[in-house]
Amino acid sequence: MALCLTEFCVAQNALPDDPTPAPLHTTPLDSWHRKLGARMVPFAGYAMPVQYDLTGDLAARCKGGVMAEHLHTRSHAGLFDVSHMGQAMLTGPNVAMALETLVPGDIIGLKPGRQRYTLFTNPAGGIIDDLMVAKLADDSLFLVVNASRKATDFAHLAENLSETLTVMDDRALLALQGPEAAAVMARLSPEAAALPFMGIAALRIAGVDCLVSRSGYTGEDGFEISIPAADAEMIADALIQQPEVVPIGLGARDSLRLEAGLCLYGNDLDELTSPIEAGLTWVIGKRRKMNWDFPGGLVMRDQLDIGPVRRRVGIRPDGRASARGQTMIVAEDGTEAGLITSGGFGPSVNGPIAMGYVRKDLAADGTRLNLIVRGKTIPATVVPLPFKPHRYIR
Amino acid sequence: MASKSADKRFTKEHEWVVLDGDIATVGITDHAQEQLGDLVHVELPELEREVAEGESCAVVESVKAASDIYAPLAGKIVEVNETITEDPSIVNSDAEGEGWFFRIELEDPDVFEALMDQDAYDEFLETL
Repeated sequence: MALCLTEFCVAQNALPDDPTPAPLHTTPLDSWHRKLGARMVPFAGYAMPVQYDLTGDLAARCKGGVMAEHLHTRSHAGLFDVSHMGQAMLTGPNVAMALETLVPGDIIGLKPGRQRYTLFTNPAGGIIDDLMVAKLADDSLFLVVNASRKATDFAHLAENLSETLTVMDDRALLALQGPEAAAVMARLSPEAAALPFMGIAALRIAGVDCLVSRSGYTGEDGFEISIPAADAEMIADALIQQPEVVPIGLGARDSLRLEAGLCLYGNDLDELTSPIEAGLTWVIGKRRKMNWDFPGGLVMRDQLDIGPVRRRVGIRPDGRASARGQTMIVAEDGTEAGLITSGGFGPSVNGPIAMGYVRKDLAADGTRLNLIVRGKTIPATVVPLPFKPHRYIR
Repeated sequence: MASKSADKRFTKEHEWVVLDGDIATVGITDHAQEQLGDLVHVELPELEREVAEGESCAVVESVKAASDIYAPLAGKIVEVNETITEDPSIVNSDAEGEGWFFRIELEDPDVFEALMDQDAYDEFLETL
């Protein structure tokens, strides 16, 4: 049996095979994870917790492991270390206008204290990365990008914009997610707990200057907290001391985001996939659709006019076997239909779930498809996303 | 956890084998289930299937990944444990007992002796 927790990483397409891998980076919480019983795996060049073998008080709340951590986050609150992600500040008098030359989102219209999901796109209409952009002030944008793409993204920004880019690699990033996250946050910072969905503010938590946003990657209500690296452990400890909270690894982070129908860059999005195909047309700002003046804009306009040749859809395999990324999809008439890009077991759905790209004539809900898993044919159905309804605060 | 008897043998692919006459009972080791985490799906071989040593003949899936199970010895599949396909968590709770996978009628029961014993397997785990 191929027994390897790093199969997780391979499944994520995050680490290409490298005969002489570079030493892994660590997050400011590395020893904290190990102390709590984390199983560490390489992910996007970082040693990261994939799941925990919890002990003591934490074990009484959640036994640990991907399944239990996932379900705990859906019913209580989970704490994720996402410090591997890239954080940066982009500043300048016309910074919003400048960033709009690289993304399809309405950044000028974003109000101070608000953040927005957007994409770096390329001239062919493909996606360089997906990211969060927060407007802290009219001259200052806070960006959070994927770990696997931060070198590419920051080089892209530096090359194309004259605004000042300050990479914040001296900060940790924590995510507190789940229906009880707001109650927990209210004890540490009532101002944070009062943030609206996609709101962001600079706040003091336990005497530490943090940037807190109401957002996340699980489909649940929650917060992301940017913290100076030296204070990360203290804040993380303060959070797991709350009776609702346990630490959650990357394994559950992946199953939670998949149930929520959220894309993972490298699996569901890449430089050859357009926002239109990905079902992310909504990220194109209304005002931006007047001029389509962002990389790949005209390609996307044409795709919208004639319809994309393929679309990202939700897929429910029949039975219990999971269809993982790169699984072939075949139409009922035997013709090639597409490819699964993310797939696995959904603990809250209690069954296998997947997302993938299919020909546009096969993208309607209810369409029956066949998946080729380990040489066998597994029937499946196209279903609406998300698999688990979002429960964001509105 | 089931007691670890002296006549239980192991493979480097983390399968255990117990021999009764020429019938070998096969499962995955406690170490294997522990590493895999919560199992959510098991696929077992068809009855009467002839399997070669090292041939992939079953699959276990956790939330994270799917892993092949190989026939540790050559022979014919004569029995499979359907209770673990209905409830894969049995493999997590009792991998080396109630969580057995299948039984093989061995072509050559003597090859059993060539597999690792508990001490050798424990030593092997130390090297991982």
